[in-house]
Amino acid sequence: MNCGVVVFPGSNCDHDCFHILKHVFKLHTEWIWHKGDMDLSRFDLIVLPGGFSYGDYLRAGAIAQFSTVMKDVIRFAESGGRVLGICNGFQVLVEAKLLPGALIQNNTQKFICKTVPVRVENTSTAFTGECAGESVLNIPIAHHQGSYFIDPDGLRQLEENRQVVFRYCGPSGEVTDEFNPNGSVGNIAGIINEAGNVMGLMPHPERCADPAWPNLDGQLIFKSIIKSLQSGVSA
Amino acid sequence: MKPVTPTITPDMVRQHGMTLEEFRRIQDLLGRAPNVTELGIFSVMWSEHCSYKSSRYYLKKLPTEGPRVLQGPGENAGVVDIGDGMAVVFKIESHNHPSFIEPRQGAATGVGGILRDIFTMGARPIALMNSLRFGAADHPRTRFLVNGVVDGISNYGNCTGVPTVGGEIYFDPCYNGNILVNVFCLGLVPSDKIFLGNASGVGNPVIYFGSKTGRDGIHGASMASSEFDESSEEKRPTVQVGDPFAEKLLIEACLELMNEDWVVGIQDMGAAGLTCSTFEMAGRGGTGIDLELSRVPKREEGMTPYDILLSESQERMLVVVHKGMEEEALALFHKWDLDAAIVGEVTDKPVVRIFENGNEVVNLPVELVVDGALDLKRPTKKPGYLQKVDHVNLADVPDLARGDETLKKLLASPNIANKHWVYEQYDHMVRLNTLGLPGSDAAVLRVKGTKKALALSVDCNSRYCYLDPFHGAQIAVAECVRNIVCSGGGPIGLTNCLNFGNPEKPEIMWQFEQAVSGMGEACKFFNIPVVSGNVSLYNETIGEAIYPTPTVAVVGLLEDRTYHTTQWFKEEGDLVGLIGLTMEELGGSEYLSVMCERVEGKPPYLDLPLARTINNLCLSLIKDGLAVSAHDCSEGGLGVALAESCISHPHAPTGAVLDVESTIRNDACLFGESQSRILVSFSAESRTAVEEKAKAVGVPFKVIGKVGGDSLVVNVNGEEFINEEVSHLKKLWMGALESYVR
Repeated sequence: MNCGVVVFPGSNCDHDCFHILKHVFKLHTEWIWHKGDMDLSRFDLIVLPGGFSYGDYLRAGAIAQFSTVMKDVIRFAESGGRVLGICNGFQVLVEAKLLPGALIQNNTQKFICKTVPVRVENTSTAFTGECAGESVLNIPIAHHQGSYFIDPDGLRQLEENRQVVFRYCGPSGEVTDEFNPNGSVGNIAGIINEAGNVMGLMPHPERCADPAWPNLDGQLIFKSIIKSLQSGVSA
Repeated sequence: MKPVTPTITPDMVRQHGMTLEEFRRIQDLLGRAPNVTELGIFSVMWSEHCSYKSSRYYLKKLPTEGPRVLQGPGENAGVVDIGDGMAVVFKIESHNHPSFIEPRQGAATGVGGILRDIFTMGARPIALMNSLRFGAADHPRTRFLVNGVVDGISNYGNCTGVPTVGGEIYFDPCYNGNILVNVFCLGLVPSDKIFLGNASGVGNPVIYFGSKTGRDGIHGASMASSEFDESSEEKRPTVQVGDPFAEKLLIEACLELMNEDWVVGIQDMGAAGLTCSTFEMAGRGGTGIDLELSRVPKREEGMTPYDILLSESQERMLVVVHKGMEEEALALFHKWDLDAAIVGEVTDKPVVRIFENGNEVVNLPVELVVDGALDLKRPTKKPGYLQKVDHVNLADVPDLARGDETLKKLLASPNIANKHWVYEQYDHMVRLNTLGLPGSDAAVLRVKGTKKALALSVDCNSRYCYLDPFHGAQIAVAECVRNIVCSGGGPIGLTNCLNFGNPEKPEIMWQFEQAVSGMGEACKFFNIPVVSGNVSLYNETIGEAIYPTPTVAVVGLLEDRTYHTTQWFKEEGDLVGLIGLTMEELGGSEYLSVMCERVEGKPPYLDLPLARTINNLCLSLIKDGLAVSAHDCSEGGLGVALAESCISHPHAPTGAVLDVESTIRNDACLFGESQSRILVSFSAESRTAVEEKAKAVGVPFKVIGKVGGDSLVVNVNGEEFINEEVSHLKKLWMGALESYVR
């Protein structure tokens, strides 16, 4: 299984994602430089990591969508390749229209870094198969523009297609305003595309996947991806 | 030499913040009058900020050597060996003046500057901390400043991908007109791959890279070397604007560059910009440099040599590479989309010559500029205020019958309240090393690829230093060390940021001398080398000086990361023990300040040998797996330490019932700040082992209670003194700062 971690200028969770894939899950992992004109077809999974691509000037992810590598990533995604966008990666996927909606400034107007509970809404995706139904994962968030927004029609479509994968919730899974850290519509923390091969989420599963920490909830997401790829089931 | 501008007048000298005596010294040593550009160079290089002319004499009292020290003071940062072929590079630096004028950019560029000091040496920055001091909470400007500074640090640190893992925040009226923003950074480097800032090898090219040079920040170093007055607001244009994205690119480009064997010497452009890095690199290399200014990447047209040389535009570096490697280096910088140009070369004669389109505009001997500033041994005088404040009459402070209200008030006071409002705005987890999140005594980071971990803490109780700078500085060192010990580490190095008022006043110099002497003595006692630091003087507004604030940051090493210990109680039924002696000491306490608005008395007595024995005991309890929590008693004393041990657990708070025996006043017993005390908890089965260990080293130790229940109950001599639900205490403690700052 070949994994690629995209490096935009300003990516800063690239090393963390690389570390988890390569050193924790022992997967063959390569860097993908943003300027490269690379054939991505040999990869099974492309990760767009967190950070501040191109400084996130203008709007998070707005400049990254135009980078050379994104043309290849879009082609890769359109041919069914698995793409995981974490935090800034999610923002880039949204800007690049690989996922619907938008990520806007947190309603607290502040950067938020803390571990929050998220409820897994759909465990039949290629990214969540290992998460038990409706289970609550504790995963850190670290973002300033992480409030998910989509219009009512779009939201209805997401819900109907079961594209909402994660929602912010309370410790026992209660999805209420009280446990919405950033003002996301419907407490949405992560979504998947209709084809089921591109997922973006604001929480950082790579921050709770290293055995040096007691919390390993993030491993479930990586394990799900690995398992679905190994079993050869197409997304 | 090309005729440059008018002859220098005494007014021009004064406008450059120099004395006529200094100007005469330049003339004498140079054998001619400097031109205006050269005067500008002297003004920044001989400024207090760059030359340490008031402080250098005293700084010699600090111990700087030790078996682990790979690089002491004098370079961009200090380097300490941690074994396994790795070393840590660290330093703390102030950005006080800019942050007061423009808090967001001032604090942000402070972070940028300290980061560059670290990666300049070849180290990957892995942790930031900060020590922030604001004016009184009810001062009209404080909330604006807190929000701005925190936002600036958050924005810059987060974007560069370096976690901000800890720090401290204090509020005190003495900072109303002059806040302190001290920023610490630590990096990791292979111990045989350390880069220094020297220019050697005649003919080697000098390359400029990073952002373009603009007109911002001209004379920032001189601004930091004078007091504030009513017109300080007008200095806003001298505050630089930071671009953390450019910094992130610089970090990656530099570390990639240093993987190659091309680099001879490298230095960032910090205070005094291109001038300082050129002269200092030549100075360390014993060489000269020829520089051509027309090749410097510039942001705007029409910049004069004076502007270019004194600009403090951010995110710029200067590197000397081996001849023949320049094209490779330039290609690497272009890969990272950085501006880069060959701007000069290393020469034989120790002279810096600067040209503009081939015309010489500066010709100065390196040594004169770098080391020529007078070593001032400024006069000192014990300040008169001490006679008024160095004692406290407790007769007019009625003792407490119950402690509940006081405890609640202390927990909700801004200096003691939980700081999550601040640290949740900082990415404190990126890079996957942060084992100990903010909110315990010290931050703890694992060292990837080894069993080891690092503990970091930054401390200073400036009220103590105001009342007694010698002992106050000692306490700062001792407390910082204790925080490291409580987290499972042993101290291996220290960096300091010495924030004081105007050194031209003998009373301020007395405070400085006392504090540095005290700090030196404590460091020698604990055997901790001071490997880097920064002096910030002139922290005054309209003649009103801040409290002397010699902030220290200590780096500790955990030989095994499993020693990592946190401050909160773990299990119901565990026993609570207090190591150390509680005396009737209320001088300088948070209690007197918050409850009585009095800043008086002597700071608590610090018995250094006892402190050391207690630290060793605590570490051995941790390493033997006996102590499951350890917490230092500091501001707010035993009462606050107990409450924090109950309520700082990241998930659910836990209660405890304590029975304290006391022969002193109740308030001193629970809220006095006697030094060297550590609160530990351990299982009931471990009790004998713990008691025996304490007895063996002859340290005061008492089991004072048990973890459990929903309330913190403290009985003094059998009578209930505190009884509060921990969930309520937690709410007060967690919410106070946020509800204030918002």
